[in-house]
Amino acid sequence: MNWVNVIVQGVLLGGLYALFAAGLSLTFGVMRLVNLAHGDLSILAAFFCFTVADTLDVNPLLALILVLPAAFLFGYLLQRIVIEHVPRFDVLPAIVVTFGIGIIIENALLQEYSADNRRLLVGGLQTDTIKINEQLSVGVMPLLTFVAAIVVLGLLHLLLTRTQLGRAFRATSDDPDAARIVGVDHRRTFALALAISIATVALAGVLLGIRTSFTPFAGPARLIFAFEAVIIGGLGSLWGTLAGGIILGVAQAIGAEIDPGYGVLAGHLVFLAVLVVRPTGLFGKVAAA
Amino acid sequence: MSTLEAAPAARTTRFRVQRGTALTRIGVTLLFGAIALFATLPDWGDPALMHELVEIFSLLALAQMWNLLAGYAGLISIGQQVYVGLGSYALYVFANNHEEDLWVSVGLAGLVTFLLAFPLAAIAFRLRGGYFAIGTWVIAEAVFLFVVNQDSVGGGSGATLTAASQYDVEVRQRVTYWIALGVAAASILVVMLILRSRLGLALRAARDNEAAAQGAGVSPLRARVIVYVLAALITGLVGAVVLLNDIRVQPDTAFSVAKWTAPIIFIVVIGGIGTVEGPIVGTLVYYLLQDNLADFEVWYLIILGVVAVGLMIVAPRGLWGTLARRWNLDLLGAPRVLRVARPPDDGPQ
Amino acid sequence: MSLLEVETLDSCYGDFQALFGIELNVDEGETFAIIGANGAGKSTLLTTIAGLVPVAGGRVVFDGVAIDRASVHRRVELGIALVPEGRRIFPSLRVEENLLIGGFRRRPGPWNVARVYEAFPMLEPLARRSAAGLSGGEQQMLAIGRALMANPRLLLLDEISLGLAPLVVQQLYATLETIKAEGTTPIIVEQDITQAMRAADRFACLLEGRVSLTGYPADVDRAAITDAYFGVVGT
Repeated sequence: MNWVNVIVQGVLLGGLYALFAAGLSLTFGVMRLVNLAHGDLSILAAFFCFTVADTLDVNPLLALILVLPAAFLFGYLLQRIVIEHVPRFDVLPAIVVTFGIGIIIENALLQEYSADNRRLLVGGLQTDTIKINEQLSVGVMPLLTFVAAIVVLGLLHLLLTRTQLGRAFRATSDDPDAARIVGVDHRRTFALALAISIATVALAGVLLGIRTSFTPFAGPARLIFAFEAVIIGGLGSLWGTLAGGIILGVAQAIGAEIDPGYGVLAGHLVFLAVLVVRPTGLFGKVAAA
Repeated sequence: MSTLEAAPAARTTRFRVQRGTALTRIGVTLLFGAIALFATLPDWGDPALMHELVEIFSLLALAQMWNLLAGYAGLISIGQQVYVGLGSYALYVFANNHEEDLWVSVGLAGLVTFLLAFPLAAIAFRLRGGYFAIGTWVIAEAVFLFVVNQDSVGGGSGATLTAASQYDVEVRQRVTYWIALGVAAASILVVMLILRSRLGLALRAARDNEAAAQGAGVSPLRARVIVYVLAALITGLVGAVVLLNDIRVQPDTAFSVAKWTAPIIFIVVIGGIGTVEGPIVGTLVYYLLQDNLADFEVWYLIILGVVAVGLMIVAPRGLWGTLARRWNLDLLGAPRVLRVARPPDDGPQ
Repeated sequence: MSLLEVETLDSCYGDFQALFGIELNVDEGETFAIIGANGAGKSTLLTTIAGLVPVAGGRVVFDGVAIDRASVHRRVELGIALVPEGRRIFPSLRVEENLLIGGFRRRPGPWNVARVYEAFPMLEPLARRSAAGLSGGEQQMLAIGRALMANPRLLLLDEISLGLAPLVVQQLYATLETIKAEGTTPIIVEQDITQAMRAADRFACLLEGRVSLTGYPADVDRAAITDAYFGVVGT
């Protein structure tokens, strides 16, 4: 067993999980919304990318040029048209609504694309590897995926710390009414938060769709991975989320190495253990309870 | 000569708290009447109808429990399917693997899910709100994956409840039906009793203002745990009933969100969350819709989703909830009405 | 025409009515004080003018424009800024970031980060510090500075002296003069009547949601204020 290889694969996968998690964490931070359709939206993006790539006969990575702006717009409209009007006096309506949106997306995709397995094919990149040494080979696509995830997380970090919009996000997260009195329009702010969230999860969905096959019902698993990464890493910290994603990825990789059926379960067990022992997460600033 | 007037008698205002109104008495009577009627069904109904009613009773019980959790205790769980699956598999393990009597195994299955709910609650209650919801789902997925890897219960391909042959087909169907009816009735009665009890008051107080409730000596955590494990018990019994009805168990259907949670959420949302009558109304509507839209399988789920989303925005209290509010209807709930005796007439000023 | 006109204003928190038919106006360039006991409705009046609490009846007119239906951010755009009760600075932002976000919807004017540091020199060395770690006085300065970043014409200050040492309060009120000089009209809600009367050009006293007295500090004697404050009806 080549443990170094296993751990490296886990880390690379973990970066992608962190990308999934970033959007979930952003919408929770800014508007206290737990988007249960988060995973389904990533699958929607993957299928959309599939269609664009197929129709225009281009590489799915190139199709991202269309997919990402579309995802951004979709998120903005989803907030303004639907979620904005969900009563927020209680947590239940938002949970039911986002859950319902997830069900709608899954079944609409099933209707349109059938339940067949799909994969986004990027040609040679799919199988190319880089040999580091005798023990260790790294796939080009997993490496690119990891780099893309880090870059996007870095951009998010810059957005949050260096721009007025980012400050508006953080201020709204601290104190929504105080944010309003400095002139933040929270309807627009919420919509932009969801837009960014869905754009990032769209990228993550496409990258994962290149790596493994997917069906219309693959959404919930992704929601769960995103959620586990957020909780393991701790709420309120973008880099904590990265750490959480990596820990999850490594746990899954080790589990799968022990027995192929245990990969995902190992991740769940690590998540449950963190939840029991340190509910605020490993690097958390805020409790989830 | 001046006269001394006697001081007016101290005016005490008498009051009492009346539990139940004329309407609730009617409601409860109707409920018991319906239960009695359904109990006689095996004598005049056919097996196909009984089989379908077992499914309806199962959904109703699940809906009552979900409503209890979400509507009264503020616990929105999308992981209740874990107890359905555990109930089914516990029945299988006791009846098939350990060759226990079939009906005793049903009781044991309920007991096992009840006991398992405690550690699971300890984990899940680390989270709140939307994160609690996903957390319950993760727990369900973890248990599902664990079961899939157990060959003793058939692994991923599932198993057949051969122990069902302990009893005659007809006997088995009748008893299964009565158990299902009993579980559904129990689910309604449990909710009604809780509402009328101090636990119900504690839950409502905790929902309104947790800190104030704690100040009044209520332990919101304790109240929620009690509700959670009770719901798990009933949900586990439903799982056992489902296996009795279908004879075959498979992990991906036993632990399925789409089968055991999505319809329940829809039922409660349509019927009206936070009312006892809501899930009953919701189950009826769901069944009617399912019958009429059965041909449109995939679209049917999309329509349900759209309706649920729309309702949450437009009428978050659901069908029954909105009507009940408008016309002040309370058939099965636990109203506490303050009746104040008229103070005696004021004497001369 | 006054900068701010409040006409028969009613305001509610859910079922509870906090303001009844409030009438007052504030001219540009004058310091207007609102005094009254706890629960009289002073803060509610400011938050209603700012737009956080919806108007249940009556009108709020700012510079000739009715703003009672306008959103909070629109009012900031028009030139109203609130320094809320409890300061409510953003704890996860640094001091300078708090100021920068104050300029989210800035209007043209003299106030910027450098000018705020001039007015509140204590804040400058704290620029990179997390706002959560500031003392009460520092937080109050930051809250005022944050509101100034929008270059408001009307600055609503809610109980800025609360919980602060007298020396700090003096400094704050001294800065108020600078703020006025730069073209902002302050409305101050103040528990400390002496301080309020000293700083104000005109004032109104609220009692249980209604205006019980308005006038010029110089013209009114202490006894009249006390009566209006506590609601003692003259014999």
